[in-house]
Amino acid sequence: MNYFDKDLTSLHDDLVNKKITAEELTKQTFANMKQTDQTTQAFLNLNEDEAVRTAQEIDKAGIDPENLLSGIPVAIKDNLVTKGLTTTAASKMLENFKPIYSATAVEKLAAKQTINVGKTNMDEFAMGGSTENSAFKVTTNAWDKTKVPGGSSGGSAAAVASGQVPLALGSDTGGSIRQPASFNGVVGMKPTYGRVSRWGLIAFGSSLDEIGPITRSVKDNAVALSAIAGHDDHDLTTSTKEVPDFAAELNEKTTVKGMKIGLPKEFIGEGVDEDVKNAVLAAADKYRELGATVDEVSLPHNKYGVAAYYIIASSEASSNLQRFDGIRYGYRADDVKNLEDVYVKSRSEGFGDEVKRRIMLGTYSLSAGFYDAYFKKAAKVRTLIIRDFQKVMEDHDFIMGPVAPTVAFSIGAEISDPMTMYMNDILTIPVNLAGLPGMSIPAGFSNGMPIGLQLIGKPFDEETLYKAGYVFEQNTDFHKKTPELGGQA
Amino acid sequence: MNFETTIGLEVHVELKTNSKIFSPSPVEFGDQPNANTNVIDWGYPGVLPTTNKGVVASGIMAALALHADIEKHNHFDRKNYFYPDNPKAYQITQAEKPIAHDGWIEVEVEGNKKKIGIAEMHIEEDAGKNTHERDHSYVDLNRQGTPLIEIVSKPDISSPDEAYAYLEALRQRIQFTGVSDVKMEEGSMRVDVNISVRPIGQKEYGTKTELKNLNSFNYVRKGLAFEEQRQQRVLMSGGTIQQETRRFDENSGKTILMRVKEGSDDYRYFPEPDLPALEISDDWIKEVRDSMPEMPANRRDRYVNDLGVTDYDAMVLTQTKEMSDFFDATVNAGADAKMAANYLQGDVNAFLNDNHLDLQDTKLTPDNLAGMVKLISDGTISSKMAKKVFKGITEGNEPKQFVEAHGLVQLSDPAKLQPIIDAILADNQQSIEDFNNGKDRAVGYLVGQIMKQTHGKANPQVVNKLLIASLKG
Amino acid sequence: MANNISQDQVKHVAELAKLELNDKQLDYFTDQLGDIIGLFETLNEVDTTDVPVTTSVSDQLNVMREDVADNWNQKEALLANAPETENGYIKVPTIIDESED
Ligand SMILES: [Mg+2]
Ligand SMILES: [Zn+2]
Repeated sequence: MNYFDKDLTSLHDDLVNKKITAEELTKQTFANMKQTDQTTQAFLNLNEDEAVRTAQEIDKAGIDPENLLSGIPVAIKDNLVTKGLTTTAASKMLENFKPIYSATAVEKLAAKQTINVGKTNMDEFAMGGSTENSAFKVTTNAWDKTKVPGGSSGGSAAAVASGQVPLALGSDTGGSIRQPASFNGVVGMKPTYGRVSRWGLIAFGSSLDEIGPITRSVKDNAVALSAIAGHDDHDLTTSTKEVPDFAAELNEKTTVKGMKIGLPKEFIGEGVDEDVKNAVLAAADKYRELGATVDEVSLPHNKYGVAAYYIIASSEASSNLQRFDGIRYGYRADDVKNLEDVYVKSRSEGFGDEVKRRIMLGTYSLSAGFYDAYFKKAAKVRTLIIRDFQKVMEDHDFIMGPVAPTVAFSIGAEISDPMTMYMNDILTIPVNLAGLPGMSIPAGFSNGMPIGLQLIGKPFDEETLYKAGYVFEQNTDFHKKTPELGGQA
Repeated sequence: MNFETTIGLEVHVELKTNSKIFSPSPVEFGDQPNANTNVIDWGYPGVLPTTNKGVVASGIMAALALHADIEKHNHFDRKNYFYPDNPKAYQITQAEKPIAHDGWIEVEVEGNKKKIGIAEMHIEEDAGKNTHERDHSYVDLNRQGTPLIEIVSKPDISSPDEAYAYLEALRQRIQFTGVSDVKMEEGSMRVDVNISVRPIGQKEYGTKTELKNLNSFNYVRKGLAFEEQRQQRVLMSGGTIQQETRRFDENSGKTILMRVKEGSDDYRYFPEPDLPALEISDDWIKEVRDSMPEMPANRRDRYVNDLGVTDYDAMVLTQTKEMSDFFDATVNAGADAKMAANYLQGDVNAFLNDNHLDLQDTKLTPDNLAGMVKLISDGTISSKMAKKVFKGITEGNEPKQFVEAHGLVQLSDPAKLQPIIDAILADNQQSIEDFNNGKDRAVGYLVGQIMKQTHGKANPQVVNKLLIASLKG
Repeated sequence: MANNISQDQVKHVAELAKLELNDKQLDYFTDQLGDIIGLFETLNEVDTTDVPVTTSVSDQLNVMREDVADNWNQKEALLANAPETENGYIKVPTIIDESED
């Protein structure tokens, strides 16, 4: 089974009508995964035995006709802990780590009778934009195996884009759902900060991290977000706001008529690839044609987002990753004589270069004498970035722009140049700093590689993004194109 | 050269709560290692802290007891450092905006009263415990996450005696709030000390040293006194004080160099992003204030002014909240206040000391103590019999029943005593003659005989009265 | 640009973070960190006078848990994941220095 022609609704119909059982669906999913993933290398760890067992149980209990997710195979990014199932965050530090509890988002998906087929590759501890920072393998772009899948949720995006699963969870700290979704031509939602519980998400930047779904269609994405969102007693930063049934109003009547859309001039300025820019401008015309207004707006502090972000995210990460010390779990270096050795050798051997780079940047930004100039300054600039968004949102329903300045680049092309890599996040980062919802939807191609359109909403207004994304999708054909897996050069 | 001394005290107090400050694990001691731990206490990947409301309430109460201002909008920060008993490698504490600041407590040293300022008070999590052996250390995380308050004094303390008095007053006030046991010997109160001296008139403070291993208030006083002298000697001989940590040696009473501090530690504090800020409402503060037990100073005033207890007795009775509460309850149960006070600081304290017990761990109850005191007041038992009755109530007996069961009731009824007196007189003609000849000693002899006859139960006052009447008759 | 941070500073930061760098790593990390810190310096262009910090974008304030104890009974599973244990304790090689709390 590949999921190119099936969405959750049609799969659900097949399951309810007993055209296929959950067990058959799961087994066919694994059969396809084993074939396709030889190329994409999206998975770190398959959960085959348990997945089949779960599917059998669901068949026995009966598919819930009211629940679109009942019996649906899903993939989980490997920074979400799964009880009893190895969870590595793509780090040598956690190579053999078996969590003893599961993330809330994982449990909520399981409660919806989904079937966890395995854990997807990522940049180590979610640090990176190409999945090349994985300690274990290089995942390829679903559209071209010489290109990166983006990151850090590159495994999840490639798994969905290559038709291996209809739904995968990712996490987004500075663009890590939206950018790989964009690079792979699928739909990725980073919800509002506090919409989805972070309990069980291996922390990177705690004030920025958010879990979200990656799917092939907007409606599927909406169904998945409703399933995983909501207040959690384990995460006091989760909102107590009610979670809407996001998919409920996605139908032929959905419209963008009368909506006001802001297009920040900074988003289509210098550094943005011409094809990408043109795709975004064409999307703006499409929205106008569909009855919305699109006007140019400004986010003057946007250009400082990358600097502010790398200070804040790295500072938080430097603290969050201190717990990996070789004492209670995870990797401990062999050749140790004393406690200092346990710390230094375990951490030096267990972490990859990108992780070390961020830990050092964060440690530096927080250290005595530098805190005010870096961390505190960045936290103030963050306020200005938030205010920029608030101002635009006062008279706009949402903001549109590109997800990334370019389409997917070649494997190996940028990995040795962290500065260039960091600048790639310039269009996604401000959304995390402001805690807003942001979604990537397919909006074109450049030399055969997908271009993603980013829709940015008001806090807790994912609904508007889904409506706008759905209408765009219904009126364009970009999402209908599928990669020719196995056929690339 | 004359010197003045500046002492700073940082006091950690463990709060008595059901669950830990950031995890629901029980706060219990003496269990198997790591029995009261979960993934949060171990700093597992993906876990998040949740703030215990009870800890914040206790913090507010402690702050009120220290006359401190509550910081209505406060938050938690991370203090980063590696150590095996610190599983996240950061402690969740408060640095930038502690829950309370600018408090004070009053101390009295050699009759002089002085207010000592409290710079700030914050809430934070305790670490686990390491046990060191030769090649290895062993980590038990049961204590990890136990709630603490840390109370930091202003540089107002100028002598070891003042430091002692400050600690005593602090312990007492916190103990009376009920938020902690505040026992140094059990580790629920821990004291970090620093001290510097400077020539009188010098504006800037001298270089301070830190003292470790001060496990009682007495050691704090002794260690500070030694260190004060040592620093003065060094300065007088033209030397300089190094910024260093010194260990107090209990046997010699000296402080010994542990390590010299090179620069300051770099804890890289920043606001804890996993926990929403706290917004403490006036209503909440009022609620806590209304539920706060009466503080020792107020109790002392009440005991002296309303109950006629002496200053000294009032002080002894307010050493601990348990004793003071017990006294109040005994008086409320109808006991004479002065007699209750005497018994509590006399027989009761002796009993507690002899048996190494705390009041709350005995079978003594205010009702039973009051019952006994009433039996003495109304003449039912003699103070001599009361010794036996006291032993009875320490074993949990109701005094009236105990007195009856053991036949300890005084014989005070003249109708019953007169025949006995008559019989004794009839047998002791010589004594009657002695009495008539002015020998008062005879009365003593006759009373003794009567007491003997009644097995000591006769009320001596009544016997005396009846006997004299008969003799004069 | 590499002079935004010195090798000694990088060494100090690595020490704080309990990381060990060989000479080659020290070279390239110093260069890379210098470049990125140069980027950080661009924040100086922004006037942040009277601008408050933002350290959380959660919509939650003053949320707390009731003081109810609940033992999740995870002791055995936790110990099973530890690299070295003995008699219910986590075991680590000698601690040379006593820390402070
Ligand atoms: Mg301190
Ligand atoms: Zn402390």
